[in-house]
Amino acid sequence: MDRQLTYAEAIHEATEGEMARDASVVVFGLGVDDFRGIYGTTAGLQEKFGGDRVFDTPLSEDAMTGVAIGAALGGLRPIHVHIRMDFLLLAMNQLVNMAAKMRYMFGGAASVPLVVRAIIGRSWGQGAQHSQGLHAMFMHVPGLKVVAPTTPYDAKGCLVSAIRDDDPVIFVEHRLVHALRGPVPSDEYTVPFGRARVLAPGGDVTLVGISHMVVECLRAARHLEGAGISAEVIDPVTLSPLDTEGIVESVRKTGRLLVVDTAWLSCGASAEIVTRVVERLQGERQVRVGRLGFEPVTCPPSPALERLFYPDHARIASTAYRLVHERGPAWSPPPGESPEIDAFRGPF
Amino acid sequence: MDERFYRSLYRIRRVEEEIARVYPTDKIKSPVHLAIGQEAVSVGVCAALAPHDVVSGTYRSHALYLAKGGDLRRMLAELYAKATGCARGKGGSMHLVDPSAGVLGTSAVVGTTIPVAVGYAYAAKVRGRSTVTASVFGDGAVEEGVFHESLNFAALRKIPVLFVCENNFYAIHAPQRTRQSTLDLVGRVRGYGIVAERVETGDVREIHARTAATVAAIRGGGGPRFLECLTYRWKEHVGPRDDFEAGYRSRSEAEPWFERDEVARVAARLPGRVRAVIEGEVEAEIREAFEFAEASPEPEPAELYTDVFHER
Repeated sequence: MDRQLTYAEAIHEATEGEMARDASVVVFGLGVDDFRGIYGTTAGLQEKFGGDRVFDTPLSEDAMTGVAIGAALGGLRPIHVHIRMDFLLLAMNQLVNMAAKMRYMFGGAASVPLVVRAIIGRSWGQGAQHSQGLHAMFMHVPGLKVVAPTTPYDAKGCLVSAIRDDDPVIFVEHRLVHALRGPVPSDEYTVPFGRARVLAPGGDVTLVGISHMVVECLRAARHLEGAGISAEVIDPVTLSPLDTEGIVESVRKTGRLLVVDTAWLSCGASAEIVTRVVERLQGERQVRVGRLGFEPVTCPPSPALERLFYPDHARIASTAYRLVHERGPAWSPPPGESPEIDAFRGPF
Repeated sequence: MDERFYRSLYRIRRVEEEIARVYPTDKIKSPVHLAIGQEAVSVGVCAALAPHDVVSGTYRSHALYLAKGGDLRRMLAELYAKATGCARGKGGSMHLVDPSAGVLGTSAVVGTTIPVAVGYAYAAKVRGRSTVTASVFGDGAVEEGVFHESLNFAALRKIPVLFVCENNFYAIHAPQRTRQSTLDLVGRVRGYGIVAERVETGDVREIHARTAATVAAIRGGGGPRFLECLTYRWKEHVGPRDDFEAGYRSRSEAEPWFERDEVARVAARLPGRVRAVIEGEVEAEIREAFEFAEASPEPEPAELYTDVFHER
């Protein structure tokens, strides 16, 4: 029987394994050594590897990002952990002006092997500043890799790859996938960047989900099956590099693409994915496209409003249905649950 | 020591004078921030560091790079944006780097290199190295939030880093007194529990001696130290010209600094024969280095895409 771990356990296993294998791997960030240990992902690491390699930091995201970059130049492989992705906005200068550019502007004389773990929050009143998916801001910048694995298997393999990568990697984790369980081999392995996964095969419509939205897309696909529509669900796993060919291959078959992001649409990952697919297939294949993501407003804490703010599996299913059946009556699936959303109780 | 100081001071001064002379030809297609007048800080500090120690600078770092032993030919080729430059023509004057000489890459954004130097020093400590990292920046950088965050973290974790503020009294055209609520910088730094000193004379021997004692304390495990060195920028903020006619500062303010020019003062302490040998050797080296830069090829088109992760 497959060994099952949660996503959070997979992150912990990857970190612990790499720290044991390579003395240059260090972990720091707000709360990494406290009793919660970043949802357990860093629990016990300080006891095992010592306070020089695992430590809490002052509330200084800007300087600590610079420290991480300098440590990387000095031969370490730092993992800088942010319990909220929103806090990365305090570190943009170091990430964009320094980490992303150093290898180029120093003509290859420097490299920055840095992992920045950025956790997206949702539900239970996280509200305006604890919920943002800002991955597209980093996808915009050459020199930064951006990964957003959804399954425990990919979480472990991508984190190992990110730690071993000689470039800075923004490692995006959605809080609501931390508790999901899945098969994770105990052996060490890597997941290569730039290879999308087909999580459910189908022929009528391609659903590309980003991070937690993969989970909702899989639910939507089950609804659609009941309506006679076969949806192919793709998890890009990494956003930069992005497996454009893998997605194009699916859309070439289905002719219909719905991208569902855990972020806003404007200038977002969904805009990039749709554009690339249309660029490749224009003149070859008629393609219908759609996008879902955050509503174009600030995230509200009220459950009544929050429900409207985020896409859900029912809306994904009905939108995909409309892509397939351009005319005729609209369709909505019967109500269903998203247990990880309903089960979540904050604040962390 | 004076011979060593003079060689370095004279060399840096003459390199920058030549850059200023060549600049109007537009062969140097890059902003240049000259350190003419400020050389003694870089020379005094670097003379107190070991070869394996590391310096981190700013966009005004020709002097620091050369004083630490950075390759002159490759620096000039970088200013000419040539393939033989220290950043292969992809950095320019503001992004000098020479790992073999212990020069961490410099940055054009004020204050950004300060935490990076602290991080480098933290790595050296974790890896059990005796390296001291010197973070050199100007008086504008101390207004950035990241400066204060960096001081706090370095003091908290006893990081072996030397902070050096080259206070030339101006950030671009704004005098320090219009930017800072108190001019007592060392007092502010001491508030973080960091030993901080101010060197007011601009004398290269004093800067060297005070740095040497400070570096010894850091190497002994004393944690970070801070030096503020008063100095004066003779040229405009960016570019090769004087700007005393621009109205934001006066020539009379600069006169005392011209009079205590360290290049001339150290020269006056040396026998004429010794000076002549040093100057002859340096002039030949500079001439050859400019010829090297000028004759070097431009980067190949394919270089546009190397040294950076990108798609398409």
